[in-house]
Amino acid sequence: MSSPATTAAAEHPRPGVAKKQFLHDAAEHVRDTGHRDFVRRALGGYYLSRDTQKARFRDWEQARDAASLAKWSAVNRLDELLPEFVANFESGGGRVHWARDAAEARAIILGLLAEADAKAVIKSKCMTSEEIHLNAALEEAGYGVVESDLGEFIQQLRGEPPYHFVFPCMHVRRDEISDLFGKHLGTEPTDSPEELTMIARRHLRRLYVEADVGITGANFLVAETGQISITENEGNARLTVALPRIHIAIAGIEKLVARLDDLAVLLPMLAAAGSGQPMTCYNTLYGGPRQAGECDGPEAMHLVLLDNGRTALLADAEQRDALQCIRCGACLNVCPIFKNVGGFTYGTTYQGPIGSVITPHLRGLAEWNHLSGASSLCGACTDACPVRIDIHHHLLHNRRNAARTAPSRLERLGQRAFAFVARRPWLFAAGGWLFRKTLPLAKTLRPPPLSAWLATRDLPAAPRQSFRSAWRRRSR
Amino acid sequence: MNSRPQEANEAAGQAILARVREALRLPAPPPHIRSQTPTAGPAAHPGLAILPAEASRPWLPDGGDSPAESLGIFTENLATLRAECVRVADMNAAAAWLAGQARQRGWQRVAFHDDPLIASVVEVLPCDRYRVDSPGESCDKTMLEACDAGVSGCECLIAQTGSILVSSNQGGRGLSILPHVHVVLARVDQIVPMLSDALAVVRQQHQGRLPSMLSFITGPSRTGDIERILVLGAHGPKELLVILVG
Repeated sequence: MSSPATTAAAEHPRPGVAKKQFLHDAAEHVRDTGHRDFVRRALGGYYLSRDTQKARFRDWEQARDAASLAKWSAVNRLDELLPEFVANFESGGGRVHWARDAAEARAIILGLLAEADAKAVIKSKCMTSEEIHLNAALEEAGYGVVESDLGEFIQQLRGEPPYHFVFPCMHVRRDEISDLFGKHLGTEPTDSPEELTMIARRHLRRLYVEADVGITGANFLVAETGQISITENEGNARLTVALPRIHIAIAGIEKLVARLDDLAVLLPMLAAAGSGQPMTCYNTLYGGPRQAGECDGPEAMHLVLLDNGRTALLADAEQRDALQCIRCGACLNVCPIFKNVGGFTYGTTYQGPIGSVITPHLRGLAEWNHLSGASSLCGACTDACPVRIDIHHHLLHNRRNAARTAPSRLERLGQRAFAFVARRPWLFAAGGWLFRKTLPLAKTLRPPPLSAWLATRDLPAAPRQSFRSAWRRRSR
Repeated sequence: MNSRPQEANEAAGQAILARVREALRLPAPPPHIRSQTPTAGPAAHPGLAILPAEASRPWLPDGGDSPAESLGIFTENLATLRAECVRVADMNAAAAWLAGQARQRGWQRVAFHDDPLIASVVEVLPCDRYRVDSPGESCDKTMLEACDAGVSGCECLIAQTGSILVSSNQGGRGLSILPHVHVVLARVDQIVPMLSDALAVVRQQHQGRLPSMLSFITGPSRTGDIERILVLGAHGPKELLVILVG
């Protein structure tokens, strides 16, 4: 299976390249039934625990409303909340760095590392850093970078981006991980997930203590108190923010919430929808670096506030609610397309339905519109979304917008031809007759684009008569 | 290369804020909510309520209506999370129980922070002790890493989720995450029903300035990254022991 390139060049491919790649990878993935079964099995446990947690809510639908409103109001008040957050955050001793795009964010972080005279960097899971292709830039500048989240650590050793933005290595079998650790860390083979986890734990412990800089993401930015909130299960983010002398966090500007109390709703919703837990193991609020009278913690805390196309999505009032996303990943887990084509096929930082909605806004509709077609429009994603983003309708909106801005000449021609035929019953009947007669021929000749469809399916036999004549006979 | 000058940062900030203001000039359609909540809302959508935490309380998972109920829910949640919970009558009993654990598990050294209750418990442990917050000294992270267990207090305990809220006031950031076992010593009356109650407690306790770290700990460290199979003790403590006094 091919994996998308992680370089900045992959972000803006030439028109058609990303689509071609998608179709190629999807076809390949769909044929790999073993892999699909594996991913489905891995998700089986998720459905069970998610439903258990949803049932603990006394009214899940009302709680979704509350979560949705908290994020809706924050996104629509970003103009007030951003300055409020920045003032409160900086009064806690942290420094805010504004980044208009990925290149600016990378330059800021490289500048901070140089200023701190850093050597080793430890990272906890951070999708914004994937979005700005930070690891490649840091390595190129000569810094040692280690991912500390177990899934991300495995993906880093494999030289692959995350497969799923919440479960980065859900597609990797334990024997592959055992071989990987054997090759890179020199450990004995094992088929126990527990033993494999302990290998990573032992390996990374020393690195936390030695690193000068810890880089994390942020799940929420609280305007009222100037705190950032980080959600994780493993404790690696806690360690990343406790031990190195500098802490750098990277967050999109849409991560804001107005009040601390909003988290009382959002944290349990994120955990239930994201991984089927009552709460994720560690939900931590940081208001700044080590304060006077505290015995540990970093001497400096930096926050990179990233736009990188988010204001373009904000400007689209119809789809603005996509910025409410709390990145729980629930829409991926229920998506029939994701389960069949896999995470890499998307070629994006954010996979699945929500990724298909936002990527055309963040990286350009012309190159990424094909993702709007990566949906059966079943609406499972919209049902699963804890903050009620109208995901599958936005995919339709993107299709409409693409048709408006860059209509395909072939499609328009086809529509016109169909309208011409459909308006003339005798022509329609003749067309039907021709179709019934030539269908068996298509089976043997397999002309494109029918060949792609026929590769995995059988063609049904042609009916003997048209629907209209069957109808006439019945009503006689 | 050096860090970016302040003016360049301000210019970038102004540019982003200008884009945000420009984008928001177009009002968004109302949110896709199902419930009707006709109270005061944002100017753009009068009649639409921004639900306060208090309003969403009856919909979230239950935290109990009485202290006894909350205690029941809390201990039940801890069991599901695979944390160990023991209830003792007083501090002497707590000290005796922990000493028993230390002997049984062969602990060599235990880390703790300055707190009269915790001091009285760790004093009698049959092993070495390391205080992480000695006045005028920083916590030695190598030393802390070598400790078998970290004993800390907490801000409060949350029944609804089985969480323990610790802050940098309970021995800084490392004590509750670096040692392999985290022991929490708490009074039964520190249990609150809901997350929003816990946030109210810390605001009340630290008026003006919140501690630089507030962490909701919900069970021992865990991962499901390998084939979505649950493993405890990914990077943080493998075991979480909660001693409830009273």
